[in-house]
Amino acid sequence: MTHNEALFNYVTRIGDNSLILGQRLSEWCGHGPVLEEDIALTNTALDLIGQATSLLKYAGEIEGKGRNEDHLAFLRYEHQYYNCLLVEIPNTDYAYTIARQFLFDHFNYLMYQELLQSKDQQLAAIAEKSLKEVTYHRRRSSEWIIRLGDGTQESHDRIQFALDDIWEYTGEMFTADEIDQIMLEAAIGADLLKIKKVWHSNVGEILESATLQMPTNEFKQLGGKQGRHTEYMGFILAEMQYMQRAYPNAEW
Amino acid sequence: MVGITYTEKEIWDFLEHVKDPEVPVLSVVDLGIIRSVSLDENGWTIVITPTYSGCPAMRTIEKEIEDMFLENRINLNKIVTVLSPAWTTDWISEKGRENLRAYGIAPPENEVDKSVLFATPTVIPCPKCNSRNTKMVSEFGSTACKAHYQCEDCLEPFDYFKCLK
Repeated sequence: MTHNEALFNYVTRIGDNSLILGQRLSEWCGHGPVLEEDIALTNTALDLIGQATSLLKYAGEIEGKGRNEDHLAFLRYEHQYYNCLLVEIPNTDYAYTIARQFLFDHFNYLMYQELLQSKDQQLAAIAEKSLKEVTYHRRRSSEWIIRLGDGTQESHDRIQFALDDIWEYTGEMFTADEIDQIMLEAAIGADLLKIKKVWHSNVGEILESATLQMPTNEFKQLGGKQGRHTEYMGFILAEMQYMQRAYPNAEW
Repeated sequence: MVGITYTEKEIWDFLEHVKDPEVPVLSVVDLGIIRSVSLDENGWTIVITPTYSGCPAMRTIEKEIEDMFLENRINLNKIVTVLSPAWTTDWISEKGRENLRAYGIAPPENEVDKSVLFATPTVIPCPKCNSRNTKMVSEFGSTACKAHYQCEDCLEPFDYFKCLK
């Protein structure tokens, strides 16, 4: 694998994480439990889709084959998406949505913090911009974890159940493959082992104040970063890509 | 399209007429998103930076800058978007802050927003009656850059332009 291929893949992964989670959160539009939450979730989605735009645009430039951010977002097939599995699991209910957001926000925050020092200037610039937004996301989802965990018996049980259920998708974020390794050695990518340690301690701290148990399940679901996705991914793409597939090259 | 030549100061003055479509009392200059203007043999280059990554107003703003140059027959070379250094609400001008307040949007307090659970939240004075007895209704308001508040004295619901550093 050439350096450029690894870089394209690496930037696309980060972009796909934002894109797919942004799409998932957008599903809440008009369905939020209260208006304020509806607005908050869709604003978070907007931030994520904005970040995906910057990242996929840059990925297209790295690749140099004339694909722009819209091509990459709407005209790839399932196995060509490299997001981690966590972001594609269904919204299910508010507990699952918040649990997924919380676990991902804490990772995303630490990853962007690492990327501030990236030798790749454009990636560092995107990280600098995104970090300000992700800081807000992380705080909000952490607050929700505490509210739900330390709330009623019902909210406590449901958020604990959701955390236990999706925990097996968290390990993938920290599992480095060849691409992560090439990028780390080039001082472009994030050090996943370093992030993992801090993530565990940060997440653990919030869970403790939320009176929740940190799941202990060590099993890891893997594959998303290499393009092997859950059964949910196709449905996300079917909805997200419908317009471009049905009306090729349609523009605003 | 070569006509009158303008100074850099005059270009900044022209840009004062381009408003943020979502907050029409703020010019793009007051908002602090114009980072530089410069002239070379191909025309003017305008460097802009987004407030938020997903800000849907950015394309409209670019279009309005292009239109402004076209209407005034000034030669625009290109508009360049940069992400670093990342925009902060510190770049909103004093005039911009006053305009926001007069428009009913509380301008950013000079402190990054804190949460209800993690620390004492920043007090945001009501833009209508100046009361400090206000509460946050939602961390997000009508756009990504705002939070939603309510005044407990005059009961006015209002937008707060979030502090971003």
